[in-house]
Amino acid sequence: MKLTGAEIIWECLIREGVDVVFGYPGGAILPTYDAMTKYPQIHHVLTRHEQGATHMADGYARASGKVGVAIATSGPGATNMVTGIATAMMDSSPIVCITGQVGSRALGTDAFQETDVTGVTLPVTKHNYLVTKTADIARVIREAFYIAKSGRPGPVLVDITKDAQQLTAEFDWEAAAPKLPGYRPSLRALPSEYERALELINSAKRPVILAGQGIKLSGATAQVLELADTARIPIAVTLLGLGVVPASSPFNLGMMGMHGEAWVNQAIQQADLLIALGMRFDDRVTGNLKTYAPHAKKIHVEIDPSEVNKNVHVDVPLIGDLREVLEELLPKVRTSDRGEWWAKIAEMKGDSAVRDIQALPDNGHLYAAHVINDLWRATKDRETIVVTDVGQHQMWEAQYYRHEKPRSLITSGGLGTMGFALPAAIGAKFACPEKDVWVVVGDGGFQMTSCELATAEQEGIKVNVAIINNAFLGMVRQWQEFFYEKRYAATPMTGPDFVKLAEAYRLNGLRCDKRAEVNATVKATLADKRTTVVDFVVEQEDAVFPMVPAGADLDAMIRRPKREILAESGADKEWQMPNGESAAVSELALTGGPSKAASVPAAKRKPAPSLKKKSARTAPVAKAGKSKRR
Amino acid sequence: MPKHTLIAYVEDVPGVLNRVASLFRRRNFNIDSLTVGRTEQAGVSRLTVVVDATDAGARIVEANLYKLVNVLRVDDLTHKPALNRELGLVKVKVTAATRSQVLEFVDMFRARVVDVDEESLVIEVTGTPEKIGKFEMVLRPYGILELVRTGSVSMARGHDKLTANPPLVRAEVRSGAAADDHSHAGISMSV
Repeated sequence: MKLTGAEIIWECLIREGVDVVFGYPGGAILPTYDAMTKYPQIHHVLTRHEQGATHMADGYARASGKVGVAIATSGPGATNMVTGIATAMMDSSPIVCITGQVGSRALGTDAFQETDVTGVTLPVTKHNYLVTKTADIARVIREAFYIAKSGRPGPVLVDITKDAQQLTAEFDWEAAAPKLPGYRPSLRALPSEYERALELINSAKRPVILAGQGIKLSGATAQVLELADTARIPIAVTLLGLGVVPASSPFNLGMMGMHGEAWVNQAIQQADLLIALGMRFDDRVTGNLKTYAPHAKKIHVEIDPSEVNKNVHVDVPLIGDLREVLEELLPKVRTSDRGEWWAKIAEMKGDSAVRDIQALPDNGHLYAAHVINDLWRATKDRETIVVTDVGQHQMWEAQYYRHEKPRSLITSGGLGTMGFALPAAIGAKFACPEKDVWVVVGDGGFQMTSCELATAEQEGIKVNVAIINNAFLGMVRQWQEFFYEKRYAATPMTGPDFVKLAEAYRLNGLRCDKRAEVNATVKATLADKRTTVVDFVVEQEDAVFPMVPAGADLDAMIRRPKREILAESGADKEWQMPNGESAAVSELALTGGPSKAASVPAAKRKPAPSLKKKSARTAPVAKAGKSKRR
Repeated sequence: MPKHTLIAYVEDVPGVLNRVASLFRRRNFNIDSLTVGRTEQAGVSRLTVVVDATDAGARIVEANLYKLVNVLRVDDLTHKPALNRELGLVKVKVTAATRSQVLEFVDMFRARVVDVDEESLVIEVTGTPEKIGKFEMVLRPYGILELVRTGSVSMARGHDKLTANPPLVRAEVRSGAAADDHSHAGISMSV
């Protein structure tokens, strides 16, 4: 059957099971858009920016486990995709990006809207293609989908010249089956390595499982829980791993790493065996590599051999699909109760519990952690996907929303892409229309891609946006507070009136600045049929605790003051810094000290001081109502 | 920094050299030399890459090379009996007085004069990179006008033929070498 290149693209997408694509038209991709009208079975979502299209494809992929597809034109269309592609690359998310390219005869001439997109995206794609011949399109698209979803998933870009889209060629789906002699997505570990792993697991006294996203990608939740249950091994979870084992599982300690719970990091540092499952020892997880888990042997189960021994020296590598590896191991894992180890963990946990901000009674101020916790309480009995952006709110979400199922949290882990949440949530809603999708986003990240509200409105879909609004780039401000003597350079940030912004997009806008009203606000949000934006106006200068400073030892955390200390109202507070010194603390949220800023609606909140004024540059920004008593 | 000689069989497709070279750059490994040419198999090219890396670092490079879709096979010849050869062309200044001395060196190094001029000679020399370095050293006092080296090409000794595309690849970690800052202990594939 002779078809144009553009028609071949759509025929291939249909056969790959694609039902929705996210894109933005332009000159070099126009033949493909023109052909789209013949293929109504694929729904095209017009985004407001190509970055949004890639994040939507990514969110769709993460929510569904299928390949997400984004389409853009050449040059600026394609370069706008780079952030979304890099995000997918770092988090192993399977997406296929199709971009138009100038005509093959114009290639290399700096033609209008020409960019060497395969060159630009080479470091941030799993693989990419430049297609100049119509006859190659079907094979390349099949290969792209196969590469994107197999092995360690990742983004694949297919750049197709305009003439290749226009000309015709024979379309033969069967003949276009991928033949990739150099691509080996499924490697196998050696039998001797299984034996060594079993020896270590069966003889360990203080083992910890490190559960990463690979468990989700491999669908190995049941096997991991069985391993934990059989051998009574506690599980620590990475950020992207949240939900791969239920938060309510007695074996699940919680999140590890920079903003992980103290007892989790302490358990890792005291462990004599780490069983790393589908995680990659990111620097946000390990802290100082030289002192990381110094007594522990390490078993690393990983599908990508280049991750093994990259950061941490591993005693036993088990390369392969996680579920297959665990199924091989499980029958030979000895049962054990490890009572001493669990008693030790319970002791460490007790110390942390008294530092929990949840213990703080309602003092009239709204804290982000409370918003998240109340959001969780109000939504836990519904099928909910939470999509977060990047920053403080992301860490609070990770700490206070209790994820029970894989794929119930979608977040930009590796690249830390601000602006990810709203478009990714729209993609997730297309993947799971029957589920509630919540966006938890800071006022900073939201403003990076808030134009995609128009996409939600045009598509008539409902996502629920919870803006954790502290009128700051909160996480950066926290670093400035801890490590740059509170010089808040360029972190105070004004925003629009988010309620009015939502209304301007013909959507629903709400505001909440009282803890007692969070639950009702969540209910009202769910009750409205439209996409709803809630502006949660929260305490400005709260910090995420605990925190391992970048490069510090994993168990050398900055902790929240204990509850008893907090009860002494009005006293100056000090945080325990890991080196034993005490850090200066503003009248932190926790004291319940006066903070007029938090009690006025954002629209009326004092704007952040202009940095044109010299005095404002050095003054702590949230000076509205903050008396300095030090 | 120690040097490692890696062989990579790659599909002969556009952009593959860029992919390989880009990988070294973005993983922060320095390429000492890189040569590429055809093999006895149609559609298969062979690269010899000499890279500044520890043993552990070289294994990381190897594992990363395998991740490239167009890379068929990777081998580290550093610690194997192997032949390493390089071609150098040297244009050296000569006078009536020095010509015979230079020709003596050409003889000693089993090099060949490929161009003769009143005031210069162009000499072709092949051998290990060390030998060419030595040749350059002895000619330097006469005045080297121009010098070009191809970079190393390598082949394992013995009659075993490497399969460019082995059907089964197992992953294996070779023990030893604790990780320091960049010289990570690594993993490699065995066939």
